[in-house]
Amino acid sequence: MIEVRNARKSYGETVVVDDVSITVPAGGVISLIGANGAGKSTLLSIISRLLPAPAGTVMVEGMDVTTTPGDVLARRLSILRQDNQMTARLTVRDLIAFGRYPHSKGRPTVEDRGHVERVIRYLELEAVAHRFLDELSGGQRQRAFIAMVLCQDTRYILLDEPLNNLDVKHAVAMMKLFRRTADAFGKTIILVLHDINFASCYSDRIVAMRDGRIAFEGPPEEIITPAVIREVYGVEAAIQEIDGKRVALYFR
Amino acid sequence: MKGLVLAAAGVTALAAASLFVGVSDVTVGALLGGMSDEATQVMLVSRIPRTLALLLAGSGMAVSGLILQMLARNRFVEPSTAGTAESAVFGMLMVTLLAPGTPMLGRMLVAGACALAGTALFLGILRRMPLRSPLVVPLVGIMLGAVITASTEFVAYRFDMMQSVRAWETGDFSGVLRGRYELLWIGAALTAVAYAAADRFTVAGLGEDFTTNLGLNHRRVVSLGLVIVSLVTAAVIATCGMIPFLGLVVPNLVSLTRGDNMRRSLPWVALSGAGLVLACDIAGRLVIRPYEIPIGTTMGIVGSAIFLYLLLRKNAHAG
Ligand SMILES: Nc1ncnc2c1ncn2[C@@H]1O[C@H](COP(=O)(O)OP(=O)(O)OP(=O)(O)O)[C@@H](O)[C@H]1O
Ligand SMILES: [Mg+2]
Repeated sequence: MIEVRNARKSYGETVVVDDVSITVPAGGVISLIGANGAGKSTLLSIISRLLPAPAGTVMVEGMDVTTTPGDVLARRLSILRQDNQMTARLTVRDLIAFGRYPHSKGRPTVEDRGHVERVIRYLELEAVAHRFLDELSGGQRQRAFIAMVLCQDTRYILLDEPLNNLDVKHAVAMMKLFRRTADAFGKTIILVLHDINFASCYSDRIVAMRDGRIAFEGPPEEIITPAVIREVYGVEAAIQEIDGKRVALYFR
Repeated sequence: MKGLVLAAAGVTALAAASLFVGVSDVTVGALLGGMSDEATQVMLVSRIPRTLALLLAGSGMAVSGLILQMLARNRFVEPSTAGTAESAVFGMLMVTLLAPGTPMLGRMLVAGACALAGTALFLGILRRMPLRSPLVVPLVGIMLGAVITASTEFVAYRFDMMQSVRAWETGDFSGVLRGRYELLWIGAALTAVAYAAADRFTVAGLGEDFTTNLGLNHRRVVSLGLVIVSLVTAAVIATCGMIPFLGLVVPNLVSLTRGDNMRRSLPWVALSGAGLVLACDIAGRLVIRPYEIPIGTTMGIVGSAIFLYLLLRKNAHAG
């Protein structure tokens, strides 16, 4: 369980995360949606201790993220940020293997190697596993980063816009993989998504942010409604049900 | 692995050549035949120390460049574009002026402390810069270095120390004798530490967020790297003077083919650094014999040529 209590963060005069409190129960896929600048990435960074918040507390399974030793937390929670510039030339396999660092501390066991190969297979990276990151396409690189975080094999996985740069096929495959990982291994996966239909079809709960606050929270059927979408994005959407999943049409 | 063995063999050959190139003729025959004590003396007092110094300084400076590039996450930094070398020279001048009786080790430690402060200042400035374009980073380091050099030369000029400052600024191995290069072994030990911590430096090279996510304390990794780089640079400057471009071109060349996983690339960087310095020094001894061109000059020419090649390569991956 992740418990955020009264988290606040401001830059100068602007408050970007405004007194947010939220409890995320263990297990399942949770999607965080909201307009650009709503504070999604900032909240995720606070939860994952990448960004110190001046006020509020974040507890992951009862551990305060600001005081728990970094390596303990790294075996419990992993995070991938929205944009990742990489200057170091690593091969895809080496990058993914570094996901095992919290467990192996640089001395990979047979088990660690098995993890690496399995994740490479799941994310269909076999063909590029030996290539350097700067010789990949944007989507391949994004998949390599996600693979690294999955290889870390933590109970809580936080991914900021993981579908960035992915084509339709890989986006769907990725969401299915998250769903399977959550169902089969009881992982808690928190995703920031811009495609509300992916959020609708694959998550157990959706959290909608607006102006640094949590505006709505609930299962997809409560969030994917014309009223909520209007409130959150200021866009008119028609909702249709396809195969029991709610899909928003907002292209007009 | 096979490649590494070959590279090691190449460096060994260069080292062997270095033993037999110089003003006074020393041949294998003369040594083995025990014909001249003079040849043995030249070997023990000058040639072996010089060759060891070249090996140690070359690998140490190249590895320092690699570490700095990982920490600053920029391909264009090295000890002489990050304020490190200039600060070390400043430290040498200060300790020579204020406490002239200090032994070599003490002087090196003072220079190392100054180098540490200067490099930390450089990284501090980088942290505060919102937009870090790859080319601005070394420019900041060069400007910082210029400011430090200006203060060094101001003081040196007043106290008539310009000649010493020049000696620290320009690498030259012709003065390396037994008893005057042993500090470099500290550099070698630190290079071994760097190898032991190679994974941590690679993680730091992925950026602060990745480092935190993987459970490492970024600040601590950076501190360790800075201490290694500063002390190695100080040891090299105290014994033979600054070797330019080495820390810049060697890690870049290795990165092209071997990548940046330091566990794998560091041995290559160390060997190539040693090899390049040996080759440049031997060339400097041969070109205008019986005189010598200091390594600062030969390395400057060779290094800048390699650097230009790296910059002009078609699909150069800057930054
Ligand atoms: N370093 C910073 N300095 C000043 N303002 C910042 C900084 N980082 C973020 N902000 C501001 O904080 C607000 C929230 O940013 P955040 O990145 O959390 O938004 P987001 O919801 O992730 O948006 P997006 O969908 O575009 O990724 C924005 O208005 C942004 O301009
Ligand atoms: Mg964001």
